[in-house]
Amino acid sequence: MKPGSILLAAVTGLIWGVTAIVVVAVALTLITGEVALPQATVAGIAGLISALIYVWRQSSETNAGFPAWALAAIALFLVLMIGSFASPFSLPLSTVPVWQGLALILFVSGATWATSVCLSGARLGAMSRYEREVIYIRIAKGIGFVIFFIIVALPFYVMVMTSLKSQQTLLANPLDLSIDFSQGLDGLFRSYVELFTQFNFGRYLLVSAFVSVATVVLTLLFSVPGAYAVSRLRFPGQAFLARSVLLIYMVPAIVLVIPLYAVFSQLGLRNTLTGLLIVYPATTIPVALYMLQGYFRGLPSELEEAGLMDGLSRIGVILKITLPLSLPALASVSLYVFMIAWNEFLFAFMFLDDPDIFTLSRGVVSLNSSEVPRQHLMAGAVIATVPVLAIFLWFERFLVQGLTAGSVKG
Amino acid sequence: MSAQNQQTESLGPPKGIGPMQRREMRLAYLMLAPTFAIILMIVAGPLLANFWISVKPVQLADLRPPTVLVNERVRGRPEAAGDSAQIEYRLRNSSQDEEIRDVVLTDKIPNGFDVTALPDVCAISGTDLTCTIGTVEPGWRDRLRLEGTVTDAFLAADRPERQSEPLTSGDADNVLTNFNFTLENFQRIFNADEFWSVLRVTFYYTIFGTGGALVLGLFAAQLLHTTFVGRGIVRGLFLFPYVSPVIAVAFTWVVLFDPFSGTVNALLTKMGVVADPINFFGQRSIEYSLFGIPMEFPLALTTVIAFEAWRYFPLSFLFILARMQSINTDMYEAAEMDGATPLQQFWYLSLPQLMGILSVLFLLRFIWTFNKFDDIFLLTGGNAGTRTLTVDVYEQGFALSNLGAGAAVAVVVFVVLVTFATLFIRFSPKEEGL
Repeated sequence: MKPGSILLAAVTGLIWGVTAIVVVAVALTLITGEVALPQATVAGIAGLISALIYVWRQSSETNAGFPAWALAAIALFLVLMIGSFASPFSLPLSTVPVWQGLALILFVSGATWATSVCLSGARLGAMSRYEREVIYIRIAKGIGFVIFFIIVALPFYVMVMTSLKSQQTLLANPLDLSIDFSQGLDGLFRSYVELFTQFNFGRYLLVSAFVSVATVVLTLLFSVPGAYAVSRLRFPGQAFLARSVLLIYMVPAIVLVIPLYAVFSQLGLRNTLTGLLIVYPATTIPVALYMLQGYFRGLPSELEEAGLMDGLSRIGVILKITLPLSLPALASVSLYVFMIAWNEFLFAFMFLDDPDIFTLSRGVVSLNSSEVPRQHLMAGAVIATVPVLAIFLWFERFLVQGLTAGSVKG
Repeated sequence: MSAQNQQTESLGPPKGIGPMQRREMRLAYLMLAPTFAIILMIVAGPLLANFWISVKPVQLADLRPPTVLVNERVRGRPEAAGDSAQIEYRLRNSSQDEEIRDVVLTDKIPNGFDVTALPDVCAISGTDLTCTIGTVEPGWRDRLRLEGTVTDAFLAADRPERQSEPLTSGDADNVLTNFNFTLENFQRIFNADEFWSVLRVTFYYTIFGTGGALVLGLFAAQLLHTTFVGRGIVRGLFLFPYVSPVIAVAFTWVVLFDPFSGTVNALLTKMGVVADPINFFGQRSIEYSLFGIPMEFPLALTTVIAFEAWRYFPLSFLFILARMQSINTDMYEAAEMDGATPLQQFWYLSLPQLMGILSVLFLLRFIWTFNKFDDIFLLTGGNAGTRTLTVDVYEQGFALSNLGAGAAVAVVVFVVLVTFATLFIRFSPKEEGL
């Protein structure tokens, strides 16, 4: 028995007891709308005791009777229920009993699982520094997963759930992010229906799709020959060019916005999609060119030389040999450019005044006023997010390549 | 081809540029020309124009050039063929303080209108009317009347004067293209009290936003460096904040942290963590005292920085993970044999291997965070002590309608940026291939 080892096991149990009860209580609150106050102290003590039992059973030689995790789980449950007078979430058991039961099961299994994974191999006797550090790292990683999962998932959960609520329920209880099926499908998707019928979002969706696809096409048309020239042909200034491309996409859009605004206003291009389709490709071509030339360099030039020997022209070589070979790169570049164009906000916001040609970004900004209820704003956000996330999940491999190859623009 | 090869063999290596090479060069320039053209037009051109505008007294309203506005109508109520009528043009200078030179009005006489008398300045050839008016004063108004008689064709037509639009042309001083220069814009921004606080906020935001995103990314990369079931899904989920449109996630954060109906505040108050809701995006600072010294915690700025770190950690995470996966595992096995503990392995093996990518990421992200406009603009609009230089460009140029001052701030942005970029090129490790 070493005090250090006991302390490590106790602290591990404490941390997981508190973390699990807080996470479960917050989840319970957001799902049912009832305020579930976690009994964090009691849960921490319960976790502590159950962790000690777990390590004691694990390090004792006898393998008879219950496995260590089962004993730990039982101890956890009993201490929690006794210590909190049978209301671990400060709610009487009669309110939302099913959800509370589920939450309890989740708490017990989650905390036990996390504790047993973290403390597997732990003893109450002396442990080496190596063994202790392994446990520290397991705890840190576990907490890391919980925190990252919450900070990433919570905003998106709130976004979707808020868009499905009505104004009264939102104001009455901001914590109630459950889906209220009693209002029927019409009531549930009212915000979306109103956005598409009254706020013209169908048109914004089309305009956004058109602008993004057109930007992709224009970008490829410009950047493929450029990238090929930079990577394959020899000419004075080649190295300088390859490097200065990087510099160009470090120029901030906000520096360009005032002169472009001034000039486009005078030329009558400001409030038009043509104006956007001039600006968007200009900002994406350098990135695309940089990504593509890196890929072209990696292709074996012997193939192209063979094509040249067999009588193809340069253009023929590009169309028949280089491009088919670089389809994966073209896919990544296209997706990356599509994402940039779809998500673009600044130029759309500055240039477009006419609601007939709003892109989605611009359309969602117009919802951000005190006259438009919050759930409409969130529904707009969902409409803007879903297509790009769907595309991302579908082509994740290509897009991840694009993100890394496209360096750190954004 | 073969003849040429023989020739080069006999003559030794070729000197200067041969015809094939010249052709290749010409082709390369041709292929690059469109890219060059659009980048010159949309990036390089505006950059220079920005310097030009920054030394000119331009307001947002000056973008509409002064013109002569014209309004045409028929007077005299002709009822039968042969009745006399007038066509009247009312003209007005749209500007109250710019004169317009060489004003000319052109129009077509409507069908069935026989002109009997013309103003002196006007002339008719066929059906074309041309009035040479000359220079007009600021705020000038005038009328031109054509006397004439009408025929049935004129009476039968619905609003015959609308058959052709009268056109005017004229030259006016355009404040954007004339040679009036002023340093007032720069004086104005440098003398403003808030400029230095804007600069300070910009650096806080840039440094802590970049650092936060890197630290989160490093942590996330450690989490996903092991293999487990569902790793691909978790990696996809971790990329969500970066892939989603800024507009969606920014408004979600605003809704989430809203002091009245936001989920976070409701949770905090209901669970008894805080007594009153916190206005995360609206409160400039929280006062507290540390060892009796009153201190201020910049709340809104911190929230905005947290957003920045949240939104961009996926990028650093991707890069760091890619780099970690390319580290040779032999090294770790050797360290393991020698009894190095996990933390020692991370500190003495992984971290030095990651330093290259970390510094490149820091420098690049630093520049990009410095350039960032959308996030802060959407979250706080630059209020509550979160105005950075980029938001100030918008504030001066569009909210205060002073394009010149906005351009002057943009020049400051650009100068700071060029300094960073120079440092970046000098210190970026070449082996990372970025």
